[in-house]
Amino acid sequence: MSSETQEAEASRIRRQINELKQERDTIDAKISELQSQLNHLHLKNGVVSNGGSSSHSSNALEPHMIYRYSRHLLLPSFGVQGQENLLNASILVVGAGGLGSPALLYLAACGVGRLGIVDHDVVELNNMHRQIIHTEAYIGQPKVKSAAAACRSINSTIQIVEHQEALRTSNALEILSQYDIIVDATDNAPSRYMINDCCVVLGKPLVSGAALGLEGQLTVYNYNGGPCYRCLFPTPPPTTACQRCADSGVLGVVPGIIGCLQALEAIKIAASVGEILSGRMLLFDALSARIRIVKIRGRSMQCEACAENTTFKQQQFQEFDYENFTQTPLSVGPLRLNLLATESRISSKEYSDIVHNKEPHVLLDVRPAHHFKIVSLTKSLNIPLSTLETRLPEISTALKKEEEQKGVASGSSAQLYVICRRGNDSQRAVQYLQKMGYTSAKDIVGGLESWAHNVDPSFPTY
Amino acid sequence: MQLTLEFGGGLELLCDSKKIHNVNVEIQNGEDKLTMKDLLSWVRTNLIKERPEMFMKGDTVRPGVLVLVNDCDWELSGQLNTSLEEKDVVVFISTLHGG
Ligand SMILES: [Zn+2]
Repeated sequence: MSSETQEAEASRIRRQINELKQERDTIDAKISELQSQLNHLHLKNGVVSNGGSSSHSSNALEPHMIYRYSRHLLLPSFGVQGQENLLNASILVVGAGGLGSPALLYLAACGVGRLGIVDHDVVELNNMHRQIIHTEAYIGQPKVKSAAAACRSINSTIQIVEHQEALRTSNALEILSQYDIIVDATDNAPSRYMINDCCVVLGKPLVSGAALGLEGQLTVYNYNGGPCYRCLFPTPPPTTACQRCADSGVLGVVPGIIGCLQALEAIKIAASVGEILSGRMLLFDALSARIRIVKIRGRSMQCEACAENTTFKQQQFQEFDYENFTQTPLSVGPLRLNLLATESRISSKEYSDIVHNKEPHVLLDVRPAHHFKIVSLTKSLNIPLSTLETRLPEISTALKKEEEQKGVASGSSAQLYVICRRGNDSQRAVQYLQKMGYTSAKDIVGGLESWAHNVDPSFPTY
Repeated sequence: MQLTLEFGGGLELLCDSKKIHNVNVEIQNGEDKLTMKDLLSWVRTNLIKERPEMFMKGDTVRPGVLVLVNDCDWELSGQLNTSLEEKDVVVFISTLHGG
């Protein structure tokens, strides 16, 4: 068979599989709807549901479930119907990090019938202050494995599905279509647009949470005719406005609170109880202990994703370039600038030799002051990049002092080296310093991370 | 006109890291009301201390900033044309992506 005919055959089969899957979904939905109607009738009339063979049951819950979920069943506004709805529902949590950790723990505990987890990352020590689903034993292991194990140990009676991969336009439709409700617990702008659009084309409600620093935000998109993420944010923000926890920090409990609220909204949707946080947004400010719930716009008639006359369908979704749209890569990977000529840069090893040989120099650390307080190299001078412009005289003074102390012969001078956390800001600083007349300024490639990696393994990273 | 302005989601970093500002904004000569358009230019001149492009783009807020007038999305009250009244609370909040 030629490769073209093989390809044609493969795509025919793929199409057929997709058609069958869609049929199955429709049938499944119909069955669960009928099941819930039946349960409802039984509840009303006190009819025995399990074929009449048992004398005690008046609903579809098995005795162990009645015991496990008894505190839910005792809630008049939740009750047997709410729990049955939950047991029949499927929820997907995208991201097993700070938001996903508590969300998954509660969703597993509460008895969601099928719980999916998507993540491509591994557990790291600096995640553990907030990603409370993971334990130390899982450091270095896939987050999906770790999170699934934790969920299973809490509730072995529900189905846990592991999707150990990054969500992309190529797999998102296939994965999300298997669930009733989607929880966005990711940490970057392109993922948020991608998950929103996928939910819109599939018609799934999206429970969206975000947290950074000491603030959190929560809302439900694409629920019952309500707005989607793009209705609110049709244009992506500039990349400089998209801070990450890895750069800006986050108090661990803050995503924890938002993740719990995400679980709550997902449970309410699954159980069909209460008023859903759609068309409203919850804003949480941990420092001032303030929660504010604001009214947001409804579905936009101009929305590219969800407006009634939109041409945005599954195919357009699969072809959309979210990384280009937001100018941000989907998966993490710290920025590596390359602004300077090679002669303006030295490696951390070379700098280590300079220190060792006691060559006259000044080491300028341009990180923010609160970073400098975490850890710094001995005898480095901290002038944050943002204040460099006004503090240039301090550099000249330091260089002069160094020359006097080391007794530098006239004609030569002390060198100026610049360091930061990863080697991006140090290049920006050297660019500026060279423009201001410090022509011999050099940056240390890869910053303190490179120092820790290549020179001094005992030097703390953060 | 006495107004309470709040900045969040990182926007407070543009105005001395202060989140809540109780301000008094004068209505321009010849005008009979204060609109959000007027307020934005007042904020830009009087409160934003650095990187104004992180707050505004053209004559409105940059993409990714939600504006709330008395806890209500300004899209629902006419955006830049929203008329402000004494003691109104205006919140500027940058959308977060972290988790
Ligand atoms: Zn929309």
